Formats: sequence, structure tokens, C-alpha cells
Amino acid sequence: MPATPRRVGLFVTCLVDLFRPTVGFAAVALLERAGCEVVVPRAQVCCGQPAYNSGDRADTKAIARNVIDAFEPFDATVAPSGSCAGMIKRHYPALFAGDPVWEPRAQRLAARSFELVSFLTDECGVESVDARHEGTVTYHDSCSSLRELGVRAQPRRLLQSVDGLELNELAAPDVCCGFGGTFCVKYPDISGRMVADKAKDIAATGADTVLAGDMGCLLNIAGRLSREGSDVKARHVAEVLAGMADRPAIGAPARGR
Amino acid sequence: MDATSRSFVANARAGLQDADLQTSLARFQGGFQVKRVEAAKRLPEFEALRDEARAIKDHTLAHLDHYLERYEEQVTAAGGTVHWCQTPEDARQVILSLCQEADARTVTKSKSMIAEEMELNPFLEEHGIEPVETDLGEYVVQLAEERPSHIIAPAVHKTKDQVADLFHEKHTPLGRTRRLDRVEELVEEAREVLRPRYLAADVGITGANFLIAETGSSTIVTNEGNGDLTQILPRAPIVIATLEKVVPTLEDATTIMRVLARSATGQEFSTYTTVSTGPRRPDDADGPEAYHVVLLDNGRSRMLGSEFREVLRCIKCGACMNHCPVYGTVGGHAYGWVYPGPVGAVLTPNLIGLEEARHLPNASSFCGRCEEVCPMRIPLPGLMRKLREQEFERRLSPAAVRSGIGVWAWLARRPALYRCLTGLGIRVLGMLGRRRGRFTRLPLAGGWTAARDLPAPEGATFHALWRKGRRA
Repeated sequence: MPATPRRVGLFVTCLVDLFRPTVGFAAVALLERAGCEVVVPRAQVCCGQPAYNSGDRADTKAIARNVIDAFEPFDATVAPSGSCAGMIKRHYPALFAGDPVWEPRAQRLAARSFELVSFLTDECGVESVDARHEGTVTYHDSCSSLRELGVRAQPRRLLQSVDGLELNELAAPDVCCGFGGTFCVKYPDISGRMVADKAKDIAATGADTVLAGDMGCLLNIAGRLSREGSDVKARHVAEVLAGMADRPAIGAPARGR
Repeated sequence: MDATSRSFVANARAGLQDADLQTSLARFQGGFQVKRVEAAKRLPEFEALRDEARAIKDHTLAHLDHYLERYEEQVTAAGGTVHWCQTPEDARQVILSLCQEADARTVTKSKSMIAEEMELNPFLEEHGIEPVETDLGEYVVQLAEERPSHIIAPAVHKTKDQVADLFHEKHTPLGRTRRLDRVEELVEEAREVLRPRYLAADVGITGANFLIAETGSSTIVTNEGNGDLTQILPRAPIVIATLEKVVPTLEDATTIMRVLARSATGQEFSTYTTVSTGPRRPDDADGPEAYHVVLLDNGRSRMLGSEFREVLRCIKCGACMNHCPVYGTVGGHAYGWVYPGPVGAVLTPNLIGLEEARHLPNASSFCGRCEEVCPMRIPLPGLMRKLREQEFERRLSPAAVRSGIGVWAWLARRPALYRCLTGLGIRVLGMLGRRRGRFTRLPLAGGWTAARDLPAPEGATFHALWRKGRRA
């Protein structure tokens, strides 16, 4: 088992911060159970993807420098998102290529940045979680987790260790849900069709809950499921792994009102 | 060809609403994807071959002038002629004069995307020369007076029933009055109609998958044998190709071919591989009287010296479009010019201008499947992002997008202010959405809520809760 990095900087991600704080708390719980000390740097906002994917390199760099400054002190930077972790790990070094000061700093940070679930399994040696979840779930691979970071087996392995949980695979778990950041609002017809296809695939599994590791995909999928009047719930995989799936699902009414 | 890439959004909508197109797309993508995976599995060295294929092309592109000159020397030594053409117009004129020299009335053609770039068919028709497409898909597209919607499966947008109706309509004047409904019958009828056309053709125009520098040969792969017949039967064969098709040796070509068919259709090799070198030699039993190669630049040498060089590794296998979820929902015609799908999203803006084609590199969710399956490992999403950067720098993106990103980015660099504003906004949104858990409509979020609800936020930001000491 690899030595557990002691101090972890949690990169919360904008969507978790704004829409689903529960995922942040689930991440903290999982990291602490794995023996990490979790710090949430104040000076974080976003990894810069909206600017990066809109072609605005200058703003992306400015944002990236903030992130590098804020997360350099930690043994590891962990995000509950393949997309944001992929941005830091794969794209920051490229963004600063040729910059004598920032390229090495970006590379150092990239080498120590991870997506949450794969960090738990691959870096902390976590093989099972102490959680219970009655029901059948399915798992959607986010494109960046899968193709930028090679995260495929890790979440499935941990989900298998959850008591009472049954995992039914999608027919096409690796096909994009149609979120794509600004893509989904720039091309709503196409994105809408892609997420409708995803919802069909989810329904065909018979699962009562769809899980994924990225809030972007999850907001998109949950929004489509609720638009279709589906009963299938959507949650971040960390919520189930941390035993926090007793809260209302994404897009479900709050309790007690 | 008049590009309609500018109206990509409307084209895409039309594609989404076209039931026949949707039927065709759903069937074809799944089939190609499974076949590619299986073909790759059967070849343990597939990934290593991809690396080798990429290295061959990278080396060639780095020394393109050398290999092109060597290629021309060898073509000349074999008795052929290379015509260097900068623009599609130059190429059209060369082809026309070659056709006129051969006194051509009919020209057979095997599939070539370069001919589409040149808009060759309408040009030949204007000059009284009848072009006959011999690839079955291209033949269908020509009869229907359409354009190819896929680079290796030009008529993939059509259902069998549409083809049956088309053949019935267009072949009735030839005395073939029965409407056929089995695929085999349709193929047979096309074969019977095309066979005499090959024999009657004066000139045969073929594309090239590879030009071989060491031998001056051109190579085409087909599954129908139509390339052979187009090249061998007429008196005057013409090969048309763009600069980047050259590779140093025959062995290099065969190495790349091992990933080409597997990536394209899942075949180990295409059914026919044709290598042709020069005209008939004095002691040959037969063969063509002349051998002409029309070598088109059309922007390639400019791309060679740009940050888009890597897309010139493309071997036109179509794997990126077979795996692209956007292509799979809107079809190839939506892209509005010769090359659809991810590789089209990079090539088209480079060849006809970013002003015309700015939608194409934007209409990608950057899911990365194209790069994952590209046999030549072209970083297609990365190249699309470079085009978005050019668009942003040249202020071609819509003002609303630019200012939206600007405001957001300004705020994202000021964590305290960002926290204050978003904390407030999220509290309001959380309260409004608490009862139902979602919004079906929201001001300024029409792009989102057109196709899905917006899940309501939980109500406080993580940072606010964390600061207050909440830990679960």
C-alpha cells in the first residue's frame, strides 16, 4: 500500500460549492477515513475550464496561477471531479508550456493532483468502504475521468464493497451525456438529444439511482430525468461511498417543506 | 461547393428532426464501433502499430518537400506526369485539359474527397463531360443529387427504403421498372447499371490513400473493386491527391494500412488494395497510354507550417465520425462542407475559413472519443480548442459569450467577492427551488432548460458551510 499523503488540499469545484455541498462533505469524510488531513484553501474558485474551453487563454492562465498558488503547499490536491482534476493534471502543464517559472510549478502540481475516488484507491490503498445502500445503481463514466485520467475500475471496485448495493452497468457507460461545459447551453438541441439518449440507457438498466463522479454530468442527467418525470435518482458516487445518500437526491425536493 | 457550415445550428436541428436520418445513424454507429473494438482485440500489436503509423507520418510531414520531390522523380521515371496545383481551380483546369486531350465524353470516378473539395462533378458537367461515380455509396449520392455525409460511407444517411425508391425512380428510364427491396438486389442492379459505364469511360479518376515516394506509385483501397476498374479500364487514368498523402516506402504504406481498415470498418484489410505505377511499358501486354497525377495543395502547405500540422496525419478512415456522439445525432450534412465529424471540425475552418465554420470546433462536448480511436493519434479536441482560441483572439465569437466569460473570469480571480456574490445568489436560488427541487424555467438559462430541468442547489455554498464549522 502506498504511503498516504498527509495533508490534502480539497479542490471543492464550483459546481459542488454552489449546487451540492454534500459532495464536498462526503469527500472530506472519505479522505479523513483514509487517514488524510483535509484542508480547504480559501483562495480557490474554479479550475478555469469555462474560459479554457471558450478559447480565452489569458484568463485561463490567470485563474490557473491562483490555483497553483493556493494548492502548492499540500502533499496532494484532490477534487471530487474528473473534469477539474483533469484540467489541473493534464492541461495546466500544457497551458504553461515554455514558461520558465510557471511550467515547472504547473507540472509539480499536476503530478500531485487527483480525482477523488482514484486517489482513495490508488494513492491511499482504500479497498472497501464502510457504507450501506439498499438498491440498484448504475454508474456513468464522465469523459474526463475515463479518458483523461483512466478512472474506470476504481469507483466500481469501491461500490462493490457497499452493503446492499447492486450495480447494473449501462449499455454505453463511456458515451458522453452531452454536458460538455458551455457546450450544453451553446448547442442545446444536440446536448438535449445526447442526454435523452443517456436517460434511455439509464432507464433500461432498471436501476433506481444513477451515480457519477462529476457534478456537471450529474446536473445534466438529473435535470433530464426530472424533465421526463423519471423516478430514478441521481447522486455523486462519493455520497454513496461516504454513507451520505440519505439526503435528498440531486434535483429532488428538500425535506420538511 | 457552397458551404453551409455557417448555419450549422439550423442544419443540426434539421438532422435531429429527420426520422430517416436518425434511423440510419443509430444503426451505423453501433455497428462500426463494435467491429473496430473486435478488430483491435484480434491484433495484440494494434496500439504499437498506431504509434508506428503516427511516427511514419510525422517523419514524412517533417520532410515533406523531400518526399514529394522524390515521388515526382519516380513518377516521371516510370513515364507518368505530376501536375502541381495550388488551388482547386488549378486542379480543375488541369483535369479538364487532360479530359479534352483524351476526347472524353464519360469519366468514371472512384470515391475521392479531394474531388468534393474541387467540386469536380458539376465542373465536368458544365463542360459537357459526364462524371459517373462508381463507389456504391457515391453512386447513390450522385443519383440523389446530394453530397456525401461520411468520408468512407457517403450514403450512410440514407435508409434502404430511400435507396430502393431512388433506384426505382432513376433506373426506370433504363428499363428497370421493378422496385427492389432487398439489399442484395439493389447492389446487383447498381452493378449491372455501372458495368457498361466502366467500359464506355474514356478517363478514370481515382483518389489515393497513399502516394509512394520510393516507387512513384499510388495506392487505393476499396471494398468494391471499383477503384481497380476505374483505373484500369479507361485509356487515360488520372490520380488526384493532396500533398500529405505521400509516404516514403511501400512498407510504410502497408504499416498504416494495418490500422486503416481496422479503424474504419473493423476489417483486417480492405477487400481490394490497388497499387499503380506509370503507364504501359513497351513490353507490357496492356495498360494505360498515359499516367497523370494531379497533386493538390489547397491549404495543406499552409497547415504544415501551422499549429494544425498534426491533422495532416489523417488517413481519412472515418473512425472519429463513427464514434462522435455529436456526429451520431446530427449526421454529416449538418457540418456543411466536405469533411464532417471531428476531423471536419478541424479541417473545415482551416480550409474555408474560421468565419465560415466557427461553429464546428465549438459543437463538441470535448468527450475525447475521437482522439481515443484515431489510428493516427491526432489530438482532435486539442486542435478544436486551438481554433476556439483563434476565434476568441480574432473576436469572432458572439459578444454575449465573450463578455459573459470576461465577467465570470474577472470574478473567478477574486475569491472573496466571488464567494459573497455566489453565496447570495445560491441562497436565493436554493429558497426558490426548495419545494420542487428543480427549475423548469429560469431567466437567462433558456439554453439549459430547453432540454432539461435545472436541479435546485442545496441552498448554501460549501465554502459558507465549511467556514461556519459544518463538517458533514
